[in-house]
Amino acid sequence: MSAAIKERSREEYKAQEERLRDVWANPAGWRYWTSVNNFQIGLWYGSAAFAFMLFAGALALLMRLQLAVPDNDFLSADFFNQAFTLHGTVMMFLFAVPIFEAVAIFLLPPMLGAREMPFPRLGAFSFWSFLLGGVFVCGSIFFNAAPSAGWFMYPPLATDKQFSGIGADIWLLGLSFIEVASIAAAVELIVGIMKCRAPGMRINLMPLFAWYLLIVAGMILFAFPPLIAGDLLFEMERMFDWPFFDAARGGDPLLWQHLFWIFGHPEVYIIFLPAIALMAMIVPTFSQRPIVGYSWIVLAAVGTGFLSFGLWVHHMFATGLPQISLAFFSAASEAVAIPTGVQIFVFIATMLAGRVIFSTPMLFGTGGLAIFVIGGLTGVMVALAPFDWQAHDTYFVVAHLHYVLIGGMLFPVVAGLYYYYPLIDAKKLSDRLGRLAFWLMFCGFNIAFFPMHLSGLRGMPRRVFTYPAEIGLDWLNLISTAGAFIFAAGVLVVVFDVLRPKHREPRGEFNPWNAGTLEWISEPEENWGVRSIPIVRSRYPLWDQKDLARKVNGGRYYLPDAEEGWREGLVTSVLDAEPIQVLRVGGTSHVTIVSALSLGAAFIALTFHWWIATALAAITCFCAVIYWLWTGTGEIPEKPEKDVGLGLSLPLYASGPDSVGWWAMFITMVGDGTAFASLVFGYFFYWTIHIDFTAGIAGPDAAWSLAAAILFAAAWGLMVAARMFNRRGATAAMRGLLVLSLLTTVGASAAGLAAPWSPGMDPTRHVYPAIVWILVIWVLAHAALGTVMQAYCLARSLAGRLTPKHDMDLSNVVLYWHFLLITAVITFVTIGLFPAAM
Amino acid sequence: MRLIPKEIETLWTLFTAPVVWVAHFLVCYIGAAIYCAKPELVGLSFSAVRAGIAAATVIALSLIALSAWLAWRQWGFGTDDPPHDDPTRRDRTLFQGFATLLLSGLSFIAVIFTAMPALFLTECIR
Repeated sequence: MSAAIKERSREEYKAQEERLRDVWANPAGWRYWTSVNNFQIGLWYGSAAFAFMLFAGALALLMRLQLAVPDNDFLSADFFNQAFTLHGTVMMFLFAVPIFEAVAIFLLPPMLGAREMPFPRLGAFSFWSFLLGGVFVCGSIFFNAAPSAGWFMYPPLATDKQFSGIGADIWLLGLSFIEVASIAAAVELIVGIMKCRAPGMRINLMPLFAWYLLIVAGMILFAFPPLIAGDLLFEMERMFDWPFFDAARGGDPLLWQHLFWIFGHPEVYIIFLPAIALMAMIVPTFSQRPIVGYSWIVLAAVGTGFLSFGLWVHHMFATGLPQISLAFFSAASEAVAIPTGVQIFVFIATMLAGRVIFSTPMLFGTGGLAIFVIGGLTGVMVALAPFDWQAHDTYFVVAHLHYVLIGGMLFPVVAGLYYYYPLIDAKKLSDRLGRLAFWLMFCGFNIAFFPMHLSGLRGMPRRVFTYPAEIGLDWLNLISTAGAFIFAAGVLVVVFDVLRPKHREPRGEFNPWNAGTLEWISEPEENWGVRSIPIVRSRYPLWDQKDLARKVNGGRYYLPDAEEGWREGLVTSVLDAEPIQVLRVGGTSHVTIVSALSLGAAFIALTFHWWIATALAAITCFCAVIYWLWTGTGEIPEKPEKDVGLGLSLPLYASGPDSVGWWAMFITMVGDGTAFASLVFGYFFYWTIHIDFTAGIAGPDAAWSLAAAILFAAAWGLMVAARMFNRRGATAAMRGLLVLSLLTTVGASAAGLAAPWSPGMDPTRHVYPAIVWILVIWVLAHAALGTVMQAYCLARSLAGRLTPKHDMDLSNVVLYWHFLLITAVITFVTIGLFPAAM
Repeated sequence: MRLIPKEIETLWTLFTAPVVWVAHFLVCYIGAAIYCAKPELVGLSFSAVRAGIAAATVIALSLIALSAWLAWRQWGFGTDDPPHDDPTRRDRTLFQGFATLLLSGLSFIAVIFTAMPALFLTECIR
């Protein structure tokens, strides 16, 4: 003990600091772009998302110009369609969701007192995927090839190649790619928040931002996969004519609406909660007191997270579902107003209890909340089915959704930008410009969008490219257009404020707003996050632990050094944040860019049906990922433990549920399981809408189906046995079992293939064979991935990188197999036995 | 065998009541949707659907009440007032209990909201 906390000499301290700085330093020159550090990735991510927002905003201005006067011919109808589709798509997928991932990647590590997110390379991969997918989707409009069927891509319009062109494929493939990036971000956030908090930061002391982000990341896991499943069905129909949404061959366009909105409604809250999370950080700072009702905020975040999944059908009130179904969703839509209201009242209570400083961030925050409340109230109106039948697909809905999203998301994000800018640049943004921007945006917004309620109630449908004069819409539209330009002027003031050169201004003070949370310790000049990892004893450590900043920056807490030359952080326990492991994370690397770009290239080539290019890109991506895994993960440390300071020694390796990798696999597979559940939902959905959903077509062979299920179970059993033997040190037996399990998997896949193959099911003939085939293909693709993992473990064992004590790879693969077993058994029992049972 | 579960150390209990809400919501929605799509399958009247929803609601509300009682116990039967922000295991447990109790309350109301349509609707009109 005494050795660890003995006073260090000045030289020793300097040497430690130098080593730490070197380990975390960014490469110079063009290699700067290979950085994986959360500060750079967060900043790039945020800047890219903002740039996409400006692009989509420009499209909106074009649309407003077109609608300024009746019978206008400024834009063609087709370009107008592309503009509104891309506007909605980009704002939702390329701005609203990614901006929160950006903010989270940037802020969470310092806020939790961590050095990094647990998987920095995954974060970089996610960013590069997003950037490439985004540029591809946005760029399409310059080739007159943008999607034009509306941001929710309803079939049969969007499945009709004649009317929707290649734009729909660009939408489907470009966005699927970005959805994968979002799920990667969710994995990173959940593991980071649960396992990488500073010691002592128990869950009752966690910053509210982290609570919100935890819930949001959980929501992503259940909301995005249904859309990925939907995209898969959709693209199979467009590419290979499998009739999932074609009513003439037993399909149903409504299935797409279900899958889209199971994603689409929670997404609104996935966007809203992180923005409100920023408010939960800003309001206490400018009230100079702890938040009133911390537990109530947790209630609101969790409650909203759950209830938001019971709302999706309120987008489908006009589709002719039974009224009792509509009523369930109407009820849930009303119920979600309760937790949403709770958060607003908590903020008001905090402001009343403290002495509010009306700074620029508070102005944007409170102004945004006022707008959001109006949007929330019109939301309660349209959640009532009879009212919705009147307002559906009119400008009333356009007004409602912009009030919710701009008030609930854009304004708080700008508030966050003004609040957190000193963390990027050590300087504040201009207060004067900020106030000017706020009033322009606030007034412009209301002038633009309030009249839309009225034009909607007067019957103006959304998405029309023009309207006749003299039906009572002229003035309302002209006012909206004027407002839109005032609003845009405000946004430009913000952009100018961020971009104007500030090098002549002196460096700002440390923690300029006198905030209480840990992120304000971090120094923008340094890349290491925190100089040493502190022990946290309060919700607002900078207010309550008086000399914390001095001690942290003086390297007096954990891990002040990087003597072995690794980027290191601490893993702590979920509930009480007791330190349990030293986590070595990946550093600067090309491999993330290569994997992301090659994966992107595969998706892009697929859009244009360039099969060979697709295959080449996919193989490149596969090799890059294997290289990444082989060289960057599951490394066996040179010693079992290391001294982290303050007399504490922690292990350098963990496997199974103690390791962050195991949790990442678990979380990924929960998302994957949700996508699978969506396909199964599709199967039973077709069963409910038809009297005989097989349409007299012979179903999969029951014997082959059962054989496949049994063989998959056997392969799973062999994997579990392999892990057990390895732990007992029987390495040879483990290798034998791995090979045996691999062969069994191949046999199981062949049996699975024979099930629909032997009766000659033709997936283009009717939806029944199509849905059976898609389920089988889903299992076979997962089985193929499973065999790759088995071969990988075998190779690792032969290379001496997988040992009885260091079995992280094997234990993660066994976890994958638990999920594969469930997927295979459900699939083959369902397709083999259900038709007979009915 | 004990009837009331022991207090356990996990984050998952926080989600008990909302998960009950999810289950209840799905039972009601899927049950009614299948009945309205294939009324001949079970051969029952719509009153049976309403009775089923009523039964599901009673079960769900009882489970939530149980979860609320467990949360109240975890909260130390309300002996301490929030904010529960001390850096101790005790305050962490009290915080968990209080937050779980609040969520039970919200879920209780949300289950009642979901069940209400069955009071008024008497057939599968579209």
